[in-house]
Amino acid sequence: MSPTRDEQHWMYRMMVTSRRFEEAIAKIYFEGKTPVFNMAKGPIPGEMHLSDGQEPVAVGVCAHLEPHDVVTATHRPHHQAIAKGVDLDRMAAEIFGKATGLSGGRGGHMHIFDADVNFACSGIIAQGMGPAVGAALSRKMQGKPGVAVAFVGEGAVNQGGWHEAMNLAAVWQLPFVCVIEDNAWGISVSKRASTAVAHNHVRAAAYGIPGVRVEGNDPYAIHAAAGEAIARARAGEGPSLLEVETFRLAGHFMGDAEGYRPEGEKDALFARDPIPAMRARMLDEGSATEAELAGIEAAAAARVDAAIAFARESADPAPEDALTRVFAA
Amino acid sequence: MTKPNERKLTIARAMAEAVAQEMRIDPTVFVMGEDIGALGGVYGNTRGLLDEFGTERVRDTPISETAFIGAAVGAAQDGMRPVVELMFVDFFGVCFDAIYNLMAKNIYFSGGSFRVPMVLMTSTGGGYSDAGQHSQCVYGTFAHLPGMKVVAPSNAYDAKGLMTAALRDDSPVVYMYHKGLQGMGWLGTEPGATVHVPEESYALEIGKAKIARAGSDVTIVSLGIGVHHALKAAARLAEQGVSAEVVDLVSLVPLDRETIRASVAKTGRLIVVDEDYMSYGVSGEIIASVTEHDISVLKAAPKRVAFPDVPIPFARVMEQFCLPDPDKIVAAWEQMTAA
Ligand SMILES: Cc1ncc(C[n+]2csc(CCOP(=O)(O)OP(=O)(O)O)c2C)c(N)n1
Repeated sequence: MSPTRDEQHWMYRMMVTSRRFEEAIAKIYFEGKTPVFNMAKGPIPGEMHLSDGQEPVAVGVCAHLEPHDVVTATHRPHHQAIAKGVDLDRMAAEIFGKATGLSGGRGGHMHIFDADVNFACSGIIAQGMGPAVGAALSRKMQGKPGVAVAFVGEGAVNQGGWHEAMNLAAVWQLPFVCVIEDNAWGISVSKRASTAVAHNHVRAAAYGIPGVRVEGNDPYAIHAAAGEAIARARAGEGPSLLEVETFRLAGHFMGDAEGYRPEGEKDALFARDPIPAMRARMLDEGSATEAELAGIEAAAAARVDAAIAFARESADPAPEDALTRVFAA
Repeated sequence: MTKPNERKLTIARAMAEAVAQEMRIDPTVFVMGEDIGALGGVYGNTRGLLDEFGTERVRDTPISETAFIGAAVGAAQDGMRPVVELMFVDFFGVCFDAIYNLMAKNIYFSGGSFRVPMVLMTSTGGGYSDAGQHSQCVYGTFAHLPGMKVVAPSNAYDAKGLMTAALRDDSPVVYMYHKGLQGMGWLGTEPGATVHVPEESYALEIGKAKIARAGSDVTIVSLGIGVHHALKAAARLAEQGVSAEVVDLVSLVPLDRETIRASVAKTGRLIVVDEDYMSYGVSGEIIASVTEHDISVLKAAPKRVAFPDVPIPFARVMEQFCLPDPDKIVAAWEQMTAA
C-alpha cells in the first residue's frame, strides 16, 4: 500500500530535515579542523557518521511508529532520530556537547538518547539488538502497547549478538522488527567480502520468521514493507526481518577519503539521490504541488537553522558535571 | 628536528614495519582484523602489508570479533602466529570470552602442551571527544586477568621492539597502542612518540620498564601517553628546582616491580599517572607494589592522577576535566609537598 498523501508529505519533510541537518553538521564539523584535519578540534569534535542517502529507511519505517514505540539506533543515528521525533534542538546541542543537549553533553553524536520518544543508541556494532528485543519483551510482559525496532547496518549481521537477539525475539514471539540498512560497506570492507550470503533477509529462515528485502532505496517500497512487519508485531504475530538496500553519500565518517570504493561508484550514487527522486515522484503523481514542496523545504531549513542556533548559543556544561549522573538519581 | 642519520617513524609505521619484517622471515605470521587490508588499519598500523603480502596473509574480517579472535587462538594452537586487531579496546565487550577464557587460559589448561603464540593489538585512549564507547584504556582489566602478557609502548622505538618480541613470543601478548601517539595527523599526535627507529629488526624484552628521565625528588610512573604528560610535568617541575624521575612501564604484564621500587627507594615519593579508571586498576597496583614491599622508603603518601570512576564523557570540557595532564601532575606534586 502506498503512503497516504499526508504520509508522503511527512516523509519528504523528514528526509529534507535530515539532509539539511547533516549538511549543516558537515559544514560546522570542519570549522577549526583546517588546514590540518584534527578530529579533536572545532565546535563538533570526535567522530562524525552522517546518514546522507539513507533517509528513506528512517522515514519509511518511522512513518508507522508512535512516540511510545521503541527504536534503537547505531553510530549513524541522526536520520532515524529525526524521523522518530527526537527533539532537534536538544539533539543538535548534544552533538555540540552543550549543557542543553539531550544528555548534557555526556553522550555526543553516537549516543543520542531521548526518553520522551523512546530512542536510544549504541556505538558498538549490533548492540542495539538486545535492548530493542528487551523492550519488546517488556511490552509483552506488561501488556503495554508498542513495538520495538532495531536499526542496524548490514555489517552488524555478522556479529554474534545479532543472531542471539534474533533467536530470542523469535522463540518468544516478541513485537520486534530488525531493520537492516544495507549500504553495502562496513567502513572499508564490502558486504560481498564480509558476508557469506548475498542478502541478509534470507537469514530470517534461521529463526523461522518472515524476511523481506527492499531494493532501490525507495521510500514508498520501504514504507509498504515496514508497514507489514510492524503490523504483524502489533498484532502479536511475532518478529520480522527487513533488509533495505540503501547507500551512504558521505564517507564512513567525516575525513574518510573512501579510497576503497571502485571508480565512479560515488557518482552513480549521487545520481540516485533519493530526495530529488521523491520530489519528482510527488510532483509527477500529483501528491504535492511545487509550492507545497517549496514550503516543506523552507520549513525544514528553518527548523534546522533554529536547532543549530540553539546548539551554538547554548553554554558548555560545567566541567565537573562529568562526575554526575553515573547512577540513577 | 630530524638529524642526518636519524630515521624518525610514527608508532603506526614502526608497528607495521615490525610485522612486515617478521612476515618476511616467518611464513606462519599473518594478520586479521577489521579494515586492516586496503585501509591499512584505522590507525595506520597495518599500512603496506596488504600490498606486500596479499589477501591470504592480510585478511580483512567481517565485524565478528568473537569469531576471528577465537579463530586466532585456534590457529595459534595449530602452528600459526596470528596478529589480530581489535579496532578499539572498548569493543572487547563483544568478544572477551575468546580473549580471557581461551587465549589467556589454554596454555595453562593444557598443562603447557599447547602454545598460543598470538598478538592481539588494540587501540586505547581518548582526548579527542569520541565518548565513552571509543575512548577507554581498560589497561587494568586486561592486566588483571592472568595468562596474557600486556604491553603499551610510549614511542616508536619501543613500539617496534615490542611488536617483534610479541610476534616471537609463544604466549599471547596484548599490544595496547594509544591513539594519541599513533602519528595519525587527524588525532593530533603527541610529537614525542615519533622517534628514531633502526631499520633492522630488533626485539625488546617484554616485562622491562625504562627510566624515561632520571631524577631524585619524586618518581612519576606511567605508561603510553601518560609518559609524555609525565615528561612535560617533570620539565616544569625542573624549573621550580624539583628533580622528577619518570618511569615508563612499557609492559604491564609482567610488571617490572624492581625498577619501580628502586626508583621510589631513591626518590621517596611516588605519583602514578594512568588514563585508565582510577579504582581497581594499574595505579593502585603500582602503589601496592611499592608499599607492600617496603613502606619505609616513602616520605609522603603516594598520589594518583587517573581517570575518575565515571564513563568517559563526550563534551570536551568534561573529558578534559577528567583526563590526566601535566597540570594535574604538577598539582599532585604540590599537594604532596604542601606542609
Ligand atoms: C563490535 C564493534 N566492532 C567494530 C566497530 C567499529 N565499527 C564502527 S562502524 C563499523 C562498520 C559498520 O558497518 P555497518 O554495520 O554496515 O554500518 P554502517 O557504518 O555502514 O552504517 C565498524 C566496523 C564497532 N563500533 N563495534
